[in-house]
Amino acid sequence: MTITNNTENVVAQAEMVTATIDGFEVSVPKGTLIIRAAETIGIQIPRFCDHPLLAPVGACRQCLVDVEVNGRAFPKPQASCTMPIEPGMVVKTQLSSPVAEKAQRGVMEFLLINHPLDCPVCDKGGECPLQNQAMSTGQGQTRFEGTKRTFPKPINISSQVLLDRERCILCARCTRFSEQIAGDPFISMSERGALQQVAIYEKDPFESYFSGNTIQICPVGALTGASYRFRARPFDLVSTATACEHCAAGCSMRTDVRRSKVLRRLAGDDPAVNEEWNCDKGRWAFTYATAPDRLTTPLIRNEMSGELVPASWPEAIAVAAAGLSKSRAAVLPGGRLTLEEVYTYQKFARVVLGTNDIDFRARPFSAEESAFLASHVVGSTISNADIDSADSVLLISFEAEEESPIIFLRIRKQVMKRALKVGTVAPFLTPGASKLNAMLYHSITEIESFFTNKSLILVGERAAQTPGLLSKVIEIANSSGAKIAWIPRRAGERGAIEAGAIGNLLPLGRPVSNATARVDIAAAWGIASLPSGPGLDTLEILKSAATGQIGALLIGGLDPFDLAEPAIALAALDSAFVVSLELRESEVTKRANVVFPVASVTEKSGTFLNWEGRERGFEQVLKDTTRVSDLRVLTMLAEALAAPLNLRDSVSAKAEFDSLGEWDGERTPAPSEPIVAAPTPSAGEAVLITWRMLLDLGSMQDGEANLAGTARKANVKLAAETASEIGVRDGDLVRVSTEAGSIALPLEITEMPVRVVWLPENSFGSQIRRSLRVTSGALVRIGSEA
Amino acid sequence: MKLTPVLSANWDQKDLFTIDGYRRNGGYSAMKKALAMEPAAIISLIKESGLRGRGGAGFPTGLKWSFIPQGDGKPHYLVVNADESEPGTCKDMPLLLANPHVLIEGVIIASYAINSNQAFIYVRGEVVHVVRRLQQAVADAYAAGLLGKNIDGKGYDLDLVIHAGAGAYICGEETALLDSLEGFRGQPRLRPPFPAIAGLYACPTVINNVESIASVPAIINGGVAWFASMGTEKSKGFTLYSLSGHVKQPGQYEAPLGITLRELLELSGGVREGHTLKFWTPGGSSTPLFTAEHLDVPLDYEGVASAGSMLGTKALQIFDETTCIVRAVLRWSEFYQHESCGKCTPCREGTYWLVQILKDLEAGKGTEEDLDKLLDLCDNILGRAFCALGDGATSPITSSIKYFRSEYIAHLTAGQCPFDPVASTLFAGVNA
Repeated sequence: MTITNNTENVVAQAEMVTATIDGFEVSVPKGTLIIRAAETIGIQIPRFCDHPLLAPVGACRQCLVDVEVNGRAFPKPQASCTMPIEPGMVVKTQLSSPVAEKAQRGVMEFLLINHPLDCPVCDKGGECPLQNQAMSTGQGQTRFEGTKRTFPKPINISSQVLLDRERCILCARCTRFSEQIAGDPFISMSERGALQQVAIYEKDPFESYFSGNTIQICPVGALTGASYRFRARPFDLVSTATACEHCAAGCSMRTDVRRSKVLRRLAGDDPAVNEEWNCDKGRWAFTYATAPDRLTTPLIRNEMSGELVPASWPEAIAVAAAGLSKSRAAVLPGGRLTLEEVYTYQKFARVVLGTNDIDFRARPFSAEESAFLASHVVGSTISNADIDSADSVLLISFEAEEESPIIFLRIRKQVMKRALKVGTVAPFLTPGASKLNAMLYHSITEIESFFTNKSLILVGERAAQTPGLLSKVIEIANSSGAKIAWIPRRAGERGAIEAGAIGNLLPLGRPVSNATARVDIAAAWGIASLPSGPGLDTLEILKSAATGQIGALLIGGLDPFDLAEPAIALAALDSAFVVSLELRESEVTKRANVVFPVASVTEKSGTFLNWEGRERGFEQVLKDTTRVSDLRVLTMLAEALAAPLNLRDSVSAKAEFDSLGEWDGERTPAPSEPIVAAPTPSAGEAVLITWRMLLDLGSMQDGEANLAGTARKANVKLAAETASEIGVRDGDLVRVSTEAGSIALPLEITEMPVRVVWLPENSFGSQIRRSLRVTSGALVRIGSEA
Repeated sequence: MKLTPVLSANWDQKDLFTIDGYRRNGGYSAMKKALAMEPAAIISLIKESGLRGRGGAGFPTGLKWSFIPQGDGKPHYLVVNADESEPGTCKDMPLLLANPHVLIEGVIIASYAINSNQAFIYVRGEVVHVVRRLQQAVADAYAAGLLGKNIDGKGYDLDLVIHAGAGAYICGEETALLDSLEGFRGQPRLRPPFPAIAGLYACPTVINNVESIASVPAIINGGVAWFASMGTEKSKGFTLYSLSGHVKQPGQYEAPLGITLRELLELSGGVREGHTLKFWTPGGSSTPLFTAEHLDVPLDYEGVASAGSMLGTKALQIFDETTCIVRAVLRWSEFYQHESCGKCTPCREGTYWLVQILKDLEAGKGTEEDLDKLLDLCDNILGRAFCALGDGATSPITSSIKYFRSEYIAHLTAGQCPFDPVASTLFAGVNA
């Protein structure tokens, strides 16, 4: 388990304290708890309530040891999980103190009297701290002849977490995690004595985005996940260290497989990134890869019938190669690829198709953002450590809990630990922001006094939807000395930028416009020259395809309804020759000429770069798969087009990328766009603000109903003044409409600017791009539904 | 040794509980005197007097007050523990019913001494008449300018809040009391930090028993020498002994520390007619039992401790020979099981288990080995639990087996309880 995220710093700076444990001298940083100090010399003291990332509580009493300070022995054994080592302290654990040994055996015996002997049917059996420590510290035979306390067997405390109160040993790790780490005290202890139990308030189920962590840290089988319950025994599982493919936080994970089927995922242990936590999406959203509409064979469109029909790989490769070579082609790889794959896509574009028309952005963006990514994001070394040491953190176009929950936890840890000052530029104070004690600003122009030269600005990808915002952020950072970090929503975006999967950048920040940079890369790739013209961006590519100037599109992960203008995307897909590399049927495959089924994250190895640019390598989980990765498809296509990429697999792609070296030449200049005034709504109109919730209708959450059950219910938010202007009250249905369509949802009166309306972007009952076909900042009509 | 009524001196006056009744007997004169003193001087005086906590642990009161850091810029709080819930203990409730103002006067002096402007009395909520009487007394004190702003024109401000507990024995444990007062579930807190550094709302806090604070006005008025003239060398002053059970005149007997049960029984008319003393608790059910052989143990902190028990709350529960020791111990154990807060394993699970074994033993089921098991379980609870509740739960069991092992075995031999439960009741013999 993790000591803490900043252990290195503590070790470097802290005063060391020397004590004796079981006769062995041990030197640890001041403040180290006895139980932790003992671990450093390989002495394991049994424990349940203790968790290194939670505040000490000393409740379970399992870790009792004898302690002597200044030659004076404590009259009774002490909880080693609550007492810091002091100079000259003499600690005797169960190994050298019969008193401690008996105390521990006694506590273990007490813990077991009311614990059911249902290990054979318990999910935890085989990886259970109670089971393990009962073996090391318990007795073979029970002395308890009475009646065990019983409860009705498991009850749902949310759609995804079940509670078995009989198994619970009341260590309170779950309730303490929810309160101290997540800030979601939806579970708490109630009743007392042996009837004490974890409880929820009946009207407020345990709907925390981090609830899965309580299952993982439960030292018994009291908390189980609805999706994994009764699916496997731990000793039948094969575990692989992986990285989360969902957001840009890049959590370390462990993926557990039984008989070639992924059954569960756990948070991995990475102090520098996710400590020991992950979010529920990262934990449970993996069934999309086994959805019934998963593609299994290449498909080509039958020219006679117009239907997609299964084809052999060689045939599909031949048809795709022919289509891509016939006319001007462009590449839209999407934002969810590994570094190796996206590197291969851009090399394919430049080497095989001879174009810079490649853009990974499958979402609203701007030319200002292109410049910002090239000037401020590529090569950036700002990291989680900057959050840990910042004077203040400002969130711009970034709802941390919804859009990158682990960054939220990291910020919250600092808020709790040292009252880190947090500000958020948003229309209203979200629950996540209020858990960060954030100050709310409605406009970036209000906040200049917020900054010091140790401030950190975390700007989300939504900033591109507000013209001039990124330029203003740069201006503020330049004048205050604050650092800027950009946090995209998708796991592959930072990797795509570093790989150069964008029209204005070659790998590792080399500007396309720079001749030296082009020569540099051409030499590395062993070709004569690279295309020099500036590449088109996603929208320009799609517009050109819709009008026939671009005849062929090579598309990775792209959903037209993620884009600012879905209609243009659909028109482009209809008119161009489309080669689609996809996991599952999609709007793109429906319109594609050739479809290649590709491997999901469990079926390949590779590396994501998280928002920090930190490598998040992962191994192939399903070793016996026959799935083909994007990279292999591209190399086959390249060979068919007689322009080999010389990238056999992800290892060689990574090696080539790593060999390119840093770019020390000139960088792309920063953007400098003016702020554009927001449209002025009249009565009955409002400016739309929207963002995605963590749990919504995203296609990578498909097939996991238990997870979906804890998604926030969609609603419309308006200020009280706006509501009264259109004659609606809290809870009334409000209809939000544009020319394209409308959405009606219940109103939640919220403290926010007047004539501003908020809706979730892609939640059940509120799919903005499909229904309204607009983005944040658009003017929409609002009215009473009654 | 004679009685020394100080706190209970005027309990026979019908209107003592009113502010006028209290003032007629010199009430609030100590406050006037104290407000003219330097706060530090009051703390020294209380230290010198040798007053020790009357809630059970006997910690020197003045020393406790001196732990409050002065000039720290934080609010300080005085919290009076009136959550009297220990079986057998019935001193604070009668005191508050008869004379609530003596506590209020003590609160004002103590708060002034520790530089606190906000005090709380956490009173056991079930005793509604006492809660009401306290609330009225506080309202009267406010009306009389004895609480609130600029008390008695001396420029000192103090607010006093009466907080009624919701019925949990554990809230008498001082840190659980603080949690409860803050609005959380009452469960004991980890120490350190100690309440003197980070108590209520993480600010320096003194928590004292009702009787300790109520004794302060008398010490201010009577002086150190007068106070020290009562009691023993290390246990000075007067205190309330609560006699209950099989005694002719149960009630509160205020006497110098160090009096013996033999003397108290003489004062209270002795064990009920025709019966003899079998066992008794010196300080409530959490303190190891005594028997007739302990009649001459001086009832002060040291005397009781050296005889193997604790002075506790000086709740002397008297049981005569008609009482089944197993039954009595089972009842107490059921109390501890019911009141265990659940936070720590030994107390939560241990009390649950102890009750089951004792129930069997009372019914004559089990073997002599079960007694050893009981003792071993008690050994695994005592000193292993998070707070003193767990320790207290073992006291009646271990001490009863020590003195009455044969009676436990008699249950097992007979296969049932050899006692007639009616014989120990007040109505025994009524229908005979």
